[in-house]
Amino acid sequence: MKKDEVPQHQAKAFMGHSKALYALDQDGHYQIVPSNGWEAEEIVLDQAIDEFKRLAAEAHAAAKSGSGSPLQYHMYARRMDPVLLADLSGQWQWQVRRHLRPGAFERLAAPRQQRYAEALGLSVSQLSSLPEAP
Amino acid sequence: MSDVVIPFEHRQTAHCESGVVSGLLSHAGLPISEAMAFGVGAGLTYAYLPFVKLGGMPLFAFRMPPKGILKGVQKRLGVRFRFETFKDPDAGMRALDAHLDAGRAVGLQSSVFWLPYFPPDMRFHFSAHNLMVTGRRGGEYLISDPVIDVPTTCPAADLRKARSVKGTLAPKSLLYYPEWVPDPASIDWAAAVRDSLRFTSGMMLHTPVPLIGVWGIRTVAKKVRGLPTRDLRRLKLYLGHMVRMQEEIGTGGGGFRFLFASFLQEAAGLLKKPGLADAGAELTAAGDLWRQFGLSAAKMVKERQALDLGLLADQLLGIADAEKQAYKTMRRVA
Repeated sequence: MKKDEVPQHQAKAFMGHSKALYALDQDGHYQIVPSNGWEAEEIVLDQAIDEFKRLAAEAHAAAKSGSGSPLQYHMYARRMDPVLLADLSGQWQWQVRRHLRPGAFERLAAPRQQRYAEALGLSVSQLSSLPEAP
Repeated sequence: MSDVVIPFEHRQTAHCESGVVSGLLSHAGLPISEAMAFGVGAGLTYAYLPFVKLGGMPLFAFRMPPKGILKGVQKRLGVRFRFETFKDPDAGMRALDAHLDAGRAVGLQSSVFWLPYFPPDMRFHFSAHNLMVTGRRGGEYLISDPVIDVPTTCPAADLRKARSVKGTLAPKSLLYYPEWVPDPASIDWAAAVRDSLRFTSGMMLHTPVPLIGVWGIRTVAKKVRGLPTRDLRRLKLYLGHMVRMQEEIGTGGGGFRFLFASFLQEAAGLLKKPGLADAGAELTAAGDLWRQFGLSAAKMVKERQALDLGLLADQLLGIADAEKQAYKTMRRVA
């Protein structure tokens, strides 16, 4: 990639920051050139964020109607999935999947609530409550 | 606690680990560019690991596992890093304070998600991010994060959280710093470069597993050609995931090819071996192809380009050929 081909797409995700790319100057020497965004990166980043937003909104609605647990909402709101939450909270995936159901979630013992709260960076009371909007 | 400010030159780099190695070693009296650290640390790879799942999708790695560069540089340049991990996050913070009080800048491993100075949309759960702490002011730490364009700060509570996440690649409050640095004039750069090039090219060309190196890229090409198209949303997520692994997570594949090419260029000058610059030019070509692939795949996700898995697979095969050429040149010259 040549220096003048370094994309400057002004990605909103970068929030005015830039990242360093290695590109060739006129004499064919590498140097670090700042880039404030690239179309490809922007597309896939938006896609990933939107997917988590969609899942969080679905989980929020499910928790409100009682067919899902608040845990499921907090998990997606924190950009996690059951596999990652199991990893970060030190449990088996089947345990996490079970606790995502409202009944099993309500019966959770205090130490396990604490475990989830810590992995999600929430207090125990936040863990079982839902914000107004997802 | 009293404030500490260690004079430290912040430099933005393309990759966190090579950036920290370059920053800490340069600070300790061994000036080394990021590209040289990445190259001598043999940071480049390609690996397709279908049994490691991220968001239900396979891992595509473009660089060696975390700490690989640190260890490679340690081995080939004779530097000694000291690594300290802590079971108790508070003990990890106390140790950090003690090092700062002693006037020592240190590297930390942390999770990107919990670092508030990252733009919100860039914060994902990657627990092996590297950054440097260069001081303490009020309740905040002074941070030189190699992938951020400016020196920044982080509140103590957030840094503690980012250092103590659990799970795979858990940082365990790891901190590290160069304990001993050789006299730059005494380092046998030719031997270090030769050793790392043999390692990288050998791995990329001859690993007898169809998931690593050039063979790994070919396997992925085949996989992409046969991706099921019934569930279009899922397919698009898969393609998006591939591009994100390439471009987002730790600056990405195209970027790493350019970084390694920059190393080859620097090594060519240092060792007076113009052949290494040729290998660099070939790897640059491969990097350009990676970016073309990324752009095509992303445009297909966004439907700015017609979905054509055959085209993507052919692009990957082209990349495999281009990379093979570069590694063969490296092997011949090194």
